[in-house]
Amino acid sequence: MKMKSLMLGVVSTLAFTSALHAERGSDGNVGIIYWQAPSILNPYLSGGTKDIESSSLVIEALGGYDPTGAMYARLAAEIPTVANGGISEDLTSITWKLKPGVLWSDGTPFTSADVVFTADYCIGEPGCYQEAKFEGVKSIDAVDDLTVKITFEKPMPNPYGPFVGSQTPILQKAQFQNCTGTKRQECTAENFGPIGTGAFVVTDFKPNDVIQMKANENYREAGKPRFATLVFKGGGDAAGAGRAVMETGEYDHAWNLQLAPEVIKQMAEGGKGKPVSGFSTAVERLEMNMTNPSADLDADTRSTRKAPHPFLTDIAVRKALSMAIDRVLLTEIGYGVAGRPTCNLVPGPDVYASDNTECLTQDIEGAKALLEGAGWVAGADGVRSKDGVRLSILYQTSTNAVRQDYQALIKEWWSQIGVETELRNLNASVFFGGDPGSPDTFQKFYADVEMYTNLFDGTDPQAYLSAYRCGNEPSPANNWAGENINRFCDPAYDALLDELASTSEINKRGEIGRKLNDMLTKDSYTIVPLTWRGRVSAISNTLGGFELNTWDSELWNAADWYRIK
Amino acid sequence: MTDASTHQLKTNPRSKWLDVWREFRNHKGAVAGAIIFFGIVLLVLVGPFLWPFEPNSIDIRNRNQGPSLLHPLGTDQLGRDTMARIMTGGRTSISVGLAAMLLSLSLGTAIGILSGYFKKLDGILMRFTDLFLSLPLLPLLLVMMLLFREPLSGTFGPEKGMFILIVVSIGVTSWMPTARIVRGDVLAIKEREFILAARSIGGTDAKIIFRHILPNVFSPIMVSATLGIANAIITESALSFLGLGFPPDFPTWGRLLNDAVEFIQLHPERVFWPGLAISLTVLSINYLGDGLRDALDPRIRGR
Amino acid sequence: MLKYLVRRLLISVPTLLIISIVIFLLLNLAPNDPMAQVPLTIPPEVKEKMREALGLGQPLYVQYAKWLVQFMWVEPQVYLDHVLGTTMSEGQQRIFSWQTRSPVMDIIVQRLPQTLWVVGMAYVVGVLIALPIGIYSAYKQYSVFDQVGTFVTMIGYSVPPFFSGVFVIILFSVQLGWFPSVYDTLHEVVDWETFKFQLRQMIMPVMVLALQVTAQISRFMRSSMLDNLNQDYVRTARAKGLSEWTVVAVHVVRNSMIPVVTVIALNLPSIFGGAIITEQVFKVNGIGQQLIIAIYANDLPTVQTITFMFAVLIVVFSLIADILYGILDPRIRYD
Repeated sequence: MKMKSLMLGVVSTLAFTSALHAERGSDGNVGIIYWQAPSILNPYLSGGTKDIESSSLVIEALGGYDPTGAMYARLAAEIPTVANGGISEDLTSITWKLKPGVLWSDGTPFTSADVVFTADYCIGEPGCYQEAKFEGVKSIDAVDDLTVKITFEKPMPNPYGPFVGSQTPILQKAQFQNCTGTKRQECTAENFGPIGTGAFVVTDFKPNDVIQMKANENYREAGKPRFATLVFKGGGDAAGAGRAVMETGEYDHAWNLQLAPEVIKQMAEGGKGKPVSGFSTAVERLEMNMTNPSADLDADTRSTRKAPHPFLTDIAVRKALSMAIDRVLLTEIGYGVAGRPTCNLVPGPDVYASDNTECLTQDIEGAKALLEGAGWVAGADGVRSKDGVRLSILYQTSTNAVRQDYQALIKEWWSQIGVETELRNLNASVFFGGDPGSPDTFQKFYADVEMYTNLFDGTDPQAYLSAYRCGNEPSPANNWAGENINRFCDPAYDALLDELASTSEINKRGEIGRKLNDMLTKDSYTIVPLTWRGRVSAISNTLGGFELNTWDSELWNAADWYRIK
Repeated sequence: MTDASTHQLKTNPRSKWLDVWREFRNHKGAVAGAIIFFGIVLLVLVGPFLWPFEPNSIDIRNRNQGPSLLHPLGTDQLGRDTMARIMTGGRTSISVGLAAMLLSLSLGTAIGILSGYFKKLDGILMRFTDLFLSLPLLPLLLVMMLLFREPLSGTFGPEKGMFILIVVSIGVTSWMPTARIVRGDVLAIKEREFILAARSIGGTDAKIIFRHILPNVFSPIMVSATLGIANAIITESALSFLGLGFPPDFPTWGRLLNDAVEFIQLHPERVFWPGLAISLTVLSINYLGDGLRDALDPRIRGR
Repeated sequence: MLKYLVRRLLISVPTLLIISIVIFLLLNLAPNDPMAQVPLTIPPEVKEKMREALGLGQPLYVQYAKWLVQFMWVEPQVYLDHVLGTTMSEGQQRIFSWQTRSPVMDIIVQRLPQTLWVVGMAYVVGVLIALPIGIYSAYKQYSVFDQVGTFVTMIGYSVPPFFSGVFVIILFSVQLGWFPSVYDTLHEVVDWETFKFQLRQMIMPVMVLALQVTAQISRFMRSSMLDNLNQDYVRTARAKGLSEWTVVAVHVVRNSMIPVVTVIALNLPSIFGGAIITEQVFKVNGIGQQLIIAIYANDLPTVQTITFMFAVLIVVFSLIADILYGILDPRIRYD
């Protein structure tokens, strides 16, 4: 009994202190619902968006991206640039100054040792999910308690890989130092409840189900966060999540509602919440297989550069296939406000977006004429052929209602220009699973055309465009692990990529980037972009301070959220 | 009296089926069930030939239409005619339902009778049943798809190959309850006097099974059959949902229902029609089954 | 009887071993890769190292043996430690999920409450409704009650939960606002108010699930009753002058239970397996949802452990069903 009253005393003291700090915790509870449930709160051990975004409420990086895609400082005092001396002239090192006086939620000070430890934690054996962010890093050193210097092996025009954005937050050294190497698998308590500098502290974590959090008493900004507790519920489906925010008002924020546009509109009529949308770099595209996927070929030749495709290597065919598609209609049916028709592989940020809009007008007659001119003549069954090669396409994608609508429409248009199409949809976990033993992965590409969405993190497309370099294609030699999915190969493209890698001036980079984008799309039609996909989330009418961010975690500014009364 | 069926069979073998028919005809529910079921079958078999719309022809200008004279059941989000899709989808769903049900029933009945009747086989067959009951369905299906999809679609074409695969997958993963139930009944019936009597007059095992055991376990089998069809139709929809089913442009009732759930508040009729089709089929088979069971049961017949 | 029981229990050991091997091989045969979620930009060598860290590089039989030891030896010790406060299991490796990097058993234990509350309760409710319906329908065959009962239960069975679940949410949560559409797994029942909330959040998933259970079991009960009502012993009992209630409730019902017991017993383990679709619709996040997530994430230790526990329950309940046959019908002999 004594113990209990003592505890109550402590609690009331805490309540008293927080009252001094303006109004931390004055707005009660906030509910977030993700239809994918978080399974771990350590982004270094998981690649899932759900895990990265949920942990971003607790642990933070040095810098982040705001809703416009611009960088801002979080745990750093400022973003280092060449102009402010934070980046060396030769672009081989970057020096971060940390914000002074930042405390971990357990009250200990945040220092450069934590930053160095985090880098070692990821780069060290046996590798981590965010290792790509640390590519090219030679060493990371603590200059003093509040300064960290990252040195790269070669000049890096974009040195903001490590510790910018929610994929690479800082872990507390004191908590994780016994969790390195193979032992990190066993650190369940640490992975489920990391100590962080963020606005919230985990009080209960149920993997693949729900997270309960409370306001961080040591958060660096006075009066924030306004919410005393936070519930992060996972699981279910997008429709249920949207309903819980917009129709029943049980939750305040629902992430990524992949639903038909009219359904979202109807839910919004529920009056409890509203949809918000934003765009990053995700593009739904068709990839044309430049190699022959015929099952008659042996495993070492099938879908490799040794066997060119019988008809997709003809640019007239690829262009005609693109011309036959009505992207405006597709996008309207599939995504509504959450999509924009596009002809670009890199749709943004503005500096990298090419002014390529020619493909937006459907031209069935033009496509027919183009095929006719190239010698593809319609047979008795209406399917065009040339020298015994029929235009018959196997078109695959992952299972998803919108993708199946796209397939049905595109099949219809292609049949109008005399191309026969067989559709196939594959379970997403198999299709994107990357198992070299499975014939159904998108890397193996045992089909003529495939459709999926890809995007790049942050605002720099260099790594993204480098995927289409000669020799980077998936093949038996690299166990089907390459990224050049359509097996594109053009020496001029590779030369331009090298030029991009040694240019740091942003406008010049933009110019090269746009040219690379055009070479893949409107010049060669090896990639046929369809829709620039945005994200639609929903927030309740009483949630204030929410700003949809498509460049970083959607919960990036949860510290600023408040209840509208 | 205990051996009514054999008795009747011996004195008046010709009239048995006539009796069954007469009894069945008097069963109003059964006749209604039969009429509706054969009506549905006829509709899905012949309908698509007479109907002016193709199930997969897209008409963007007429999308999301409500019922009209041209499209009595309306159109979907791509402007495809719902009536045409229901009819074509019914073909697949009913044939998958019937075929999978037959497969699982024959497997289940055979294993159930063998293990209930022959004590020596009981242990091993029932452990085999336990094994199947405890296998995780989803990974099992993934393995089956991986191993057999390509060879089957190579031999029979993509749709027939898929049909065989789906029927077999549903069949081999749903026979176990039937087997257990039939076995339980056989265990009880085996100890009845009329079996002893049949054996004492020198009936062989095969004869006893077919003449005496099988007719007496008919009613749980009938129930399994009715539930089995519904189950197969619904499992097929779950498979489509997981991307393991038929190609996406291939309508089935389950898939139509599944696709429509998202639009339940906007276009409730789209959920209604496939749902009605499934329910009507299941109900009519159920009444048909009830009638058949009563008609085939010599003790009820002529009551 | 005792001899039979001992023999069956002995047989179940090799049966379960074989089942566990089959499950293990099946899972390893299926196309899967726990590294599927790793971004494409990670080089294959790193992925390989991460795979090895999970113990994937080892030969299959080593992986299997490890799992078996952990399941049969380490996990029971952990349980005893928990109950008795001892430290037998200290330093021994438990079964770890690849996805959450936490002991699989802990997750299962965490999910038991909502699984039992919702799926278990639905089962009990379903059976309690189904038995009287089945019995009365058969007793008054072709009456209005029978017709309506048949109609409703068959429709209930033919409507998949992904539809009925959404339907009740829209009716009761969106339109009427009576019940929450999202199940709160953090909710703890401590007093009358919290208990009322628990009831409110349970009612819809229980309703949807119970509909399926009711349909199935009432059909079997009805048909089995019909078979028995026409047996000679019923006539004998009536001729003896027993009351109608005794005839039906004692004699017929008891004899009709054999197929029904099978159905009930065999479906009981499925409570543990959960009801995947219903759990997803209401976000109950029970064991079924964990299994499906683990399957999608290729988290083999979790899938293997959950399915094996399922197998154990199946074997146990099939034994219970066999014993119940003998109790219900003394003519069935065990030898």
